[in-house]
Amino acid sequence: MADVTYLEALRQGLWEEMERDEHVFILGEDVGAYGGAFKVTDGFTKRFGEQRVIDTPISEAAIVGAAAGAAHMGMRPVAEMQFIDFISCAYDMLTNYVATARYRAGLATPIVVRGPCGGYVRGGPFHSQNPEAAFFHTPGLKIVYPATARDAKGLIKASIRDDDPVIYLEHKWLYRRIKETLPDGEEILTPIGEARLAREGKDLSIVTYGATVWKSLDAADQLAKDDGLAVEVLDLRTLLPMDDAAIMRTVQKTNKVLIVHEDTRTGGVAGEIAARINEQAFAWLDGPIMRVTAHDVPLPYAPTLEDFVLPQTDDIVKAARWLAAY
Amino acid sequence: MVSRAASTRHSPPIPAGLGRDQLLEIYRYLRLTRVLEERLSALYRQSKVIGGLFRSLGQEGESVASAYALTRGRNQDILSPLIRNLGAMLVMGAAPIEILRQYMAKAESPTHGRELNVHFNDLEKGYLGQISHLGDMIPVMAGIALTFKLRGEPRVGLVYIGDGGTSTGTFHEGLNFAAVQKVPLVVIAEYNRWAYSTPPEKQFAVKDLADKAKGYGVPAVTVDGNDVVAVYDATKFAVERARRGHGVHFIEVKTYRRTGHAEHDDQHYVPKEELDWWAKENDPVDRYVQQVLQNAWAEERELKTIDAEVTAEVNEATDACADEPLPPGESALGGVYAAAPAAPPHWYRTL
Repeated sequence: MADVTYLEALRQGLWEEMERDEHVFILGEDVGAYGGAFKVTDGFTKRFGEQRVIDTPISEAAIVGAAAGAAHMGMRPVAEMQFIDFISCAYDMLTNYVATARYRAGLATPIVVRGPCGGYVRGGPFHSQNPEAAFFHTPGLKIVYPATARDAKGLIKASIRDDDPVIYLEHKWLYRRIKETLPDGEEILTPIGEARLAREGKDLSIVTYGATVWKSLDAADQLAKDDGLAVEVLDLRTLLPMDDAAIMRTVQKTNKVLIVHEDTRTGGVAGEIAARINEQAFAWLDGPIMRVTAHDVPLPYAPTLEDFVLPQTDDIVKAARWLAAY
Repeated sequence: MVSRAASTRHSPPIPAGLGRDQLLEIYRYLRLTRVLEERLSALYRQSKVIGGLFRSLGQEGESVASAYALTRGRNQDILSPLIRNLGAMLVMGAAPIEILRQYMAKAESPTHGRELNVHFNDLEKGYLGQISHLGDMIPVMAGIALTFKLRGEPRVGLVYIGDGGTSTGTFHEGLNFAAVQKVPLVVIAEYNRWAYSTPPEKQFAVKDLADKAKGYGVPAVTVDGNDVVAVYDATKFAVERARRGHGVHFIEVKTYRRTGHAEHDDQHYVPKEELDWWAKENDPVDRYVQQVLQNAWAEERELKTIDAEVTAEVNEATDACADEPLPPGESALGGVYAAAPAAPPHWYRTL
């Protein structure tokens, strides 16, 4: 039994899959000798060799494209985006080539594209992004977004074993901020497509994912203490495919839903969740489906600006309180 | 303009290590490409081809010759063709009926009506269909060649790119990646003069595409693309070099696109005399036939026999599939993911 951070859990998951399956290899910028910008792959070259931990040029399209080609040949590549903000440079390759390959051509493309995402770290416009909505619209891709150390490990392992391309979003604010006891010797596999009930409640549901799971849990604590409200928190874990059943279960239980995400609002994942609830559980609602999200601006650098733009615990408390009283 | 005289060979021994049977086989693929495209053109005019039709008229030589330099058979070399590399696909074992079904969007086509024309693949036979985003296949083929390298397999990848395609970012990223990783990859760059309607002068500021490759530390040669034997010879050298572990090799083939971008394009932007010259003076199939006959490597009667066989083959394939059905609409929903069931049709479809 040992306390492991979110980052260490991710690292363990990668390491275990590299040990288990010789087809798994890593490619990306500075992943080898340097061990990755956040040290996720620290020590991997020493154990697995340069052939399986490949340092690449600064070429996200080539990294993803080459991973796709290798995957067609039976390999299981894990491509690192040094910061997930740079995944947009591989947008064409992911959406046009990778995502369509099985449908149009029967080609298996089991790749994982992973990288640090998210704000609250003063990273500015190009080291803080949440790119899920840009890929959420693309049939053929899967998107996972762990919030806990256990799921960081369980989802990277499940993603590597999945036969479809998976975008694995890891929140850098969580890397060393959260710790969890993971039993030694237990094989942790988090099923892709299954949400997790992070906190039970009866008065109101918060549907969320990523770093805002923790902010929502903090808000729920506060609402319990100050208002006597029992808030349920659903951690989606996988965005694509979405666990509709888990969402509808919590809606039917509490009849009020607040959707919280760190990404910007317009065209964000929350809109899709709201539409699904409207279609599948309209009669169960006792109030409007409300959203707490980032404001629709590029993410600014200064702490005062970033804090203003991003959803904070206090925002969630206020919004939930408003909705509970509706 | 490419000088014909400069590259025409007159010496009686068959060059490039080719044998007589191989010369006839190459001829067969050249003729098959042309006859099949002529058939497709007829089907297009009858509205039986659903989408656009893209011809390789005038550049069949480099397609066939470059693919012919690969090792073929189950799980050998792999190439990725462009839309005008029908000849290369036929060489690798794609069947005329598959091409016909693809163009006519038949249920039994290799992609079951999901994709167009030559956009399909058979990795065991050794071809990976392109997507429409030019340049993307360079990184993908670099990844396939990387796998050959990682596994220590003596296999080679070959990828085509057009003159216009070399302007894309993925071309440059992919070529650089492949060069740095020293993967066994041969790039055939087709200088066919037209990217839709855009001439090279508006596409890049170098004279030869080979100059671009040199910037990545990749050896590059420029070859008369309508000299079938010369293209074969250059590709064979590059393929064997890559197979021995010496990395990427780039071959620019100078050729000419004698039809419009697709059948709907009337080529009003092309001087008629230029088209006439390439048709009369520099047709790759005519040149090849002349070369073979003048050197007495084969007899005209043998070529005529092949012509008849090819025509019969294309007739038979057309008759076999022309009246086949299109795929049922609801078959569109499955196969997006490996294990997930097909999505249900939307709710209003059952009202």
